[in-house]
Amino acid sequence: MLERLDYEAVGLISGLEVHQQLLTKHKLFCRCPAGLYTETHDGEVLRHMRPTLSELGEYDGTALMEFKTKKEIIYLLNHLNVCTYEMDDTPPFLVNQEAIDASIELCLMMGMDIIDEIHIARKQYLDGSIPTGFQRTAIIGVNGHLPFHGRKLTITHVSVEEDSCREVRDKGHQIVWRTDRLGMPLTETVTGPELRTPQEVRDAILLCGMTARSTRRVRTGIGASRQDVNVSVRGGDRCEIKGVPRAGYAVKLVHNEGVRQYNLLKLREELHRRGLVSRDSIRIQPFDVSDICADVDLGFLRRALKAGGKVFAVKVEGVAGLAQHPTQPDTFFLDELRGRIRVIACLDEAPIVLSGALLPEFPDKHRVLERLRKRVQLKENDDFFLVFGLEEDCRTAANEIRLRFGDATQGVPQETRQALTGGFTTFERILPGPDRMYPDTDSPPTRVTEERVTSLKARLQPVPWERIERYMAWRVPEETCHYLIRRGGAEILDAVIEKTGVDGLLAAIEIGQHSKALKRAGIPVERLGVAEWVQIFDLFTEGRIPRETIPLVAARVARDGLGAEAAASAEGVAIQPRERWREQVDHLTMEGYQGEKVDSQEKRLRFLAGRAMEQLLGKAPAKEVAEYLRTKLEGGSGSASGNTQSVRSTEVAK
Amino acid sequence: MSDRTDRFQGYRGHAKDTLEKFGIGVWSEAEIVNDEGSVFVGVILPRSETADDLHVVIKLFNGYNVGLRANRIVSAKELGYKKAVYKIPEKAFPFDPKKKNVTLLGTGGTIASRLDYRTGAVIPAFTPGELYGAVPELADIANLDTQKLFGVFSENMGPEQYKALAIAIGKEIEKGVDGIVVGHGTDTMSHTGAILSFMVQNSPVPIVIVGSQRSSDRPSSDAALNLMNAVRTAAECDIAEVMICMFGPTSDNYDLLHRGTRCRKMHSSYRSTFRTIGATPLATVSRYPKDAGGSHFTYISEEILRRDKTRRPVINPSFEEKVTIQYYYPNFNPDIIDGLSAMGYRGLVMAGTGLGHVNKPLYPAIKRAIEKGMTVVMCVQTLWGFAQMYVYDTGRDLLDLGIIPLDNMLPETAYMKLAWVLGQTDDPTAIREMMTTAINHEIETREPHNGYLILQGGLPEVDAFVEKHWK
Repeated sequence: MLERLDYEAVGLISGLEVHQQLLTKHKLFCRCPAGLYTETHDGEVLRHMRPTLSELGEYDGTALMEFKTKKEIIYLLNHLNVCTYEMDDTPPFLVNQEAIDASIELCLMMGMDIIDEIHIARKQYLDGSIPTGFQRTAIIGVNGHLPFHGRKLTITHVSVEEDSCREVRDKGHQIVWRTDRLGMPLTETVTGPELRTPQEVRDAILLCGMTARSTRRVRTGIGASRQDVNVSVRGGDRCEIKGVPRAGYAVKLVHNEGVRQYNLLKLREELHRRGLVSRDSIRIQPFDVSDICADVDLGFLRRALKAGGKVFAVKVEGVAGLAQHPTQPDTFFLDELRGRIRVIACLDEAPIVLSGALLPEFPDKHRVLERLRKRVQLKENDDFFLVFGLEEDCRTAANEIRLRFGDATQGVPQETRQALTGGFTTFERILPGPDRMYPDTDSPPTRVTEERVTSLKARLQPVPWERIERYMAWRVPEETCHYLIRRGGAEILDAVIEKTGVDGLLAAIEIGQHSKALKRAGIPVERLGVAEWVQIFDLFTEGRIPRETIPLVAARVARDGLGAEAAASAEGVAIQPRERWREQVDHLTMEGYQGEKVDSQEKRLRFLAGRAMEQLLGKAPAKEVAEYLRTKLEGGSGSASGNTQSVRSTEVAK
Repeated sequence: MSDRTDRFQGYRGHAKDTLEKFGIGVWSEAEIVNDEGSVFVGVILPRSETADDLHVVIKLFNGYNVGLRANRIVSAKELGYKKAVYKIPEKAFPFDPKKKNVTLLGTGGTIASRLDYRTGAVIPAFTPGELYGAVPELADIANLDTQKLFGVFSENMGPEQYKALAIAIGKEIEKGVDGIVVGHGTDTMSHTGAILSFMVQNSPVPIVIVGSQRSSDRPSSDAALNLMNAVRTAAECDIAEVMICMFGPTSDNYDLLHRGTRCRKMHSSYRSTFRTIGATPLATVSRYPKDAGGSHFTYISEEILRRDKTRRPVINPSFEEKVTIQYYYPNFNPDIIDGLSAMGYRGLVMAGTGLGHVNKPLYPAIKRAIEKGMTVVMCVQTLWGFAQMYVYDTGRDLLDLGIIPLDNMLPETAYMKLAWVLGQTDDPTAIREMMTTAINHEIETREPHNGYLILQGGLPEVDAFVEKHWK
C-alpha cells in the first residue's frame, strides 16, 4: 500500500477531456427536444454490436467477438424525447447550427483557430452506449490555450459531439440503456498532457468549466459536464478515467491511478525477474473443477452450478503470490483480473474470481483445496484462479486471465477506467485509439465562413480570467468571482455597473454572495435580471434604501415579482430624515448590557448598534447609525480617545 | 512514383493549385501550417466531386477529418505517401462436405465490408474469402460460392440486369446448388423479387434476396444478421420460391421471409421496412433455433412451393421496356396518357384511388390508348385491398373501356408482370389471360383477416402491445 507519491519523481502526466452539454433547444442531429429527461419508457429495442473490421492488424475473430458481441443491448424509448433517429432507424438530419455556433463561441473564448470546413466523423463505441455503434463528432477548433497557474495550458482541440445513453443496468449478458440524453449536443475540450499533480488536474477542470460557463451557451446541473482524465506515469501508459463528475473528485482518482501505475511497473519487474518477459510467456491451463466444487458449501458456487454453470480452475504458471501484488491503495492485482473478467467474460457474480492462494476456508472433510491443487497439478511457483458461471464465459475468463497477465509483463495496459466512489477506478474497456474513426457519409461538411466567425466574436462574453482580474482589483473575494462567473451573475453584474455606476465591490457582494444565501433559502433569485438589479441599485444610490436592506428588497422582488420600489415599501423600507432616526438613537439605553466583565468601547458600540437597528432596519443606513453612535460615545468630537469611554457611555445610557 | 496517377482526385481550382504549389496530393502524409500557425498533420484525402474548390481535406492522425481553406495554407510538406489499399485480405472459405452448397450472386452495393481507418474508406467484401473475413459465422451455416454479376446501385437495376440474373440463377440451379442468395440494394429489392418470380418459375431450391438497411461498416448494421439468415434460408429452408429476407422487427431478433410478388419497402430507413402486403409472410428465420438442435424457421403460410431438387425450373427472361406505372391523383391530366400512347408505350399500370378509380375526363384518353394497342391494367394505390371496379358506376365504365382489373396485385408487381407478359406476346386475349392468372400469389384470392395490420400508434391498446415487445 502506498499513500504518498512523489508526482515529480514518478513523472505523473495528466490531460483532460472535458465534456460539456450545450444549451440548445434541439438535439444535434434530429429535432427532438434537448434536456428533457424521463424515467419511464414506452418502447424497447434490442440490438447487438458487431465490431467492424479495420485494415490495421490481422483479423482476430475470437478476441473481437468475445469482447464485443455477446451482450444483448436493450434501449428504452420514450416518445417524448426520442424519435426514430436515436434508435438508428432514420439517418441524421443536417447538423444543428445552434450547437455549431455555441461550440465556435467556446473555441473563440479559448483563442482557438476555427476549422474552415467542419467534417462529421463517426467514432466507434461498441458498449452499446450509442445505438448506431458510433458517436457522430466533429472538430470545431484547434490550437488554443487557457491561462493556468502562471503558464499556458494548451487546448489541443474542441469537438462537438452527440451525448450517449444513460446506463440503467448491466448484468451478465444484458445491458440496458435509457435514450433520453442520447443525441444532445456536447463539446469535448481536450487539453495537452501538461498537468503534473492531482491538484493541477482539479484546477484545470474548474478553469475549463468556468470558461465554458462564461459563454452562457452551456447547460448546468447534474451530468451537464463530465470529464475524462488521462493519466500516466513515466514508463507507464495512458489510462483514461472516465466520467469524473466533479473537479474535487479528480484529486484522489488521479493520485490513485498514479499509485496503480507505479505498482504495476513494480509488478512488471517482478514478472521479469521470474522470467515472464513477454505476453507469450504466460502459460495457462483451465480445468473443469465443477465436480470438486460441488462439495463446497459456498453460496455463489452452488448457485452457479445449480444454474447449469461450471466452476473452472485456471492455472497460471509462475505467478504465485502476484495476485496479491498491490495496485491502487488497498486493492490488488486480483482486482485487475476481476475487472477484466466482469466486463469481457460477463461474469459478474461476486466475488467473480478467487485466487488459489486466498481461498475461503473450506471444510476439511472434503479435502477440497488439496483436490483442486492436485487436479491442476499446481507447482510451487504457480497459482490458480477459480471462475464460475456458464462454461463459455469461464473459458473467456481464462483467456482474459492470460491476456491480463500478459499485459502485466509489459507494464501498464492502455485502458478506459470507470471512476467509482471513494476515488477508485475499475476496468471499463480497452482504450480505443484513432483507428476507430471514419467519416460520416450521412452528413455533408459545413463551411464556416469568416463572416460567421466575426459575428460570433462580436457577441462573445468576456473571458473569465479578465473578469476575475477586474473583480479582484475591486477586492471581491475569489470564491465570489468564481460563483458569479459559473452561475451567470457576472453578466448581470457588469451590465448593472455599467447602467447604474454602483460600486463594483458592493454590487458583486450583493449579486454574488447575498443572492447565493437567498437562493439557499429557497428564494427564486434566477428571476432577478439586469432590469431588476438596476432598479434596486438605483434606489440604493438615490439614498432611498440602506445597503443592508438590499437582500431584503431583492428577495421581495424575486418572490412577489414586484418592482424594486413596491418591494421596498412592502418590506417597510424607506429611509427617514436624519433627525427622526437620530432622535430614536438618542433614546437608547444600556439596559440589558452584560459586557461589564470584559468591557470595551467596541462591545458597547456593538450593543447599542444592535439595539438601534432592531428599530431602524430599513429606515436608517446601518453604517450612518454606527457612525453616529461612535461619535456620541466618543464625546461628539469625532476623534477616538480611548480612556474616557466608560464615563461617556454611562451618560448616553442616562 | 508511377502509382501516383490521380494526385488531385476530386480537387479543382484553388484547392488543386495549392496542393500543386506545395508538391502534395491525395494520400500524401503531410504537415500543413495555416496563417494562424495551426499545424495539421495527417493524410490528404480525395475530395468529393460535388464539394467546393476552396478546401483541402485532411484526415488527422487523431482520426478526425477537417477541411482547411486553401488560401489560408502558408506551408505544407510531404512526410510520406501511402495509397489506400482497397483490398481485404482473403481467407479461404472452409469447405465442409456435410454442409449444403449455396451460391451468392452479387448485383452491387455492399452486403459486407470493412473499413480502412487510415483513410476512412469503406471497402466492400464480396468474394467467399472476403466474406469469411467479414462474417465468419457463414462458414457454420453452408459452403459458399460467390459470383459478382454486376456492380450497380439498387436504383440502376433494370431489364438487362433482371435477364442476366434470371439466366445466372438458372445456371446455378443446373449446377445443383442447394440454394441461391442474391445480394441486392434495398430500394428496388421488391421489384427484383417480383420480376424474378416471373422469370424463374418452378425453382427446385430457394432463391433468397437479401440486403441491409444500415450499411455493413456500422457496428449496428443489420447486414451480417440478414446475410446469415439468408444463407441459412438458401441452405435449409423448405420453401423453394423467390423470397426477400429482411429484418422482421427493427430489433436484432429474426428475419421475415416475404414472397417476391407480395413484398414492399414501406419505410425509407427502418430496418424492418419490408412488409408482406395483402397476405402474411411465408416464414421467420432466426440465427439461433428456439430449442437446441431445433429449426431456425417458423412457417407461417401453408401454401408454399416445397424444395424438390428433381423439379426442373423454367427460365423465361422476357421484358418489354415500353411499360409505365401511373399513380392517379385529382387533376391527373389526360395528356399524359395520350403522350404515353404517342410515344409508343405498350403497357400502363394505373394505381387508382379506392377500389380502382380514375376520373371521367380520363376516359376518352384511355379509350384512345387501348384502341391503339396499349394494355391498361388497374391496381389500387392503397396497396392493401382489391380493385373491385364493378362496385361503382365509374369502375364499370372503365371496365367497358377495356381496362384489366388486377385484384390485389401490388402496383410494382403488376408493372413487372406486364413488362414480362408484353415481352412475350401482343395478343390482347393472351395478355388478359396471363395478367389475371396468378403465377405465384401475385393475386391472392382470399385476403386473410390478420394480414392487414397497420397498427395505429398512440392508441392505449396498441401502446400496451408495443411496450411488451421489442419493436
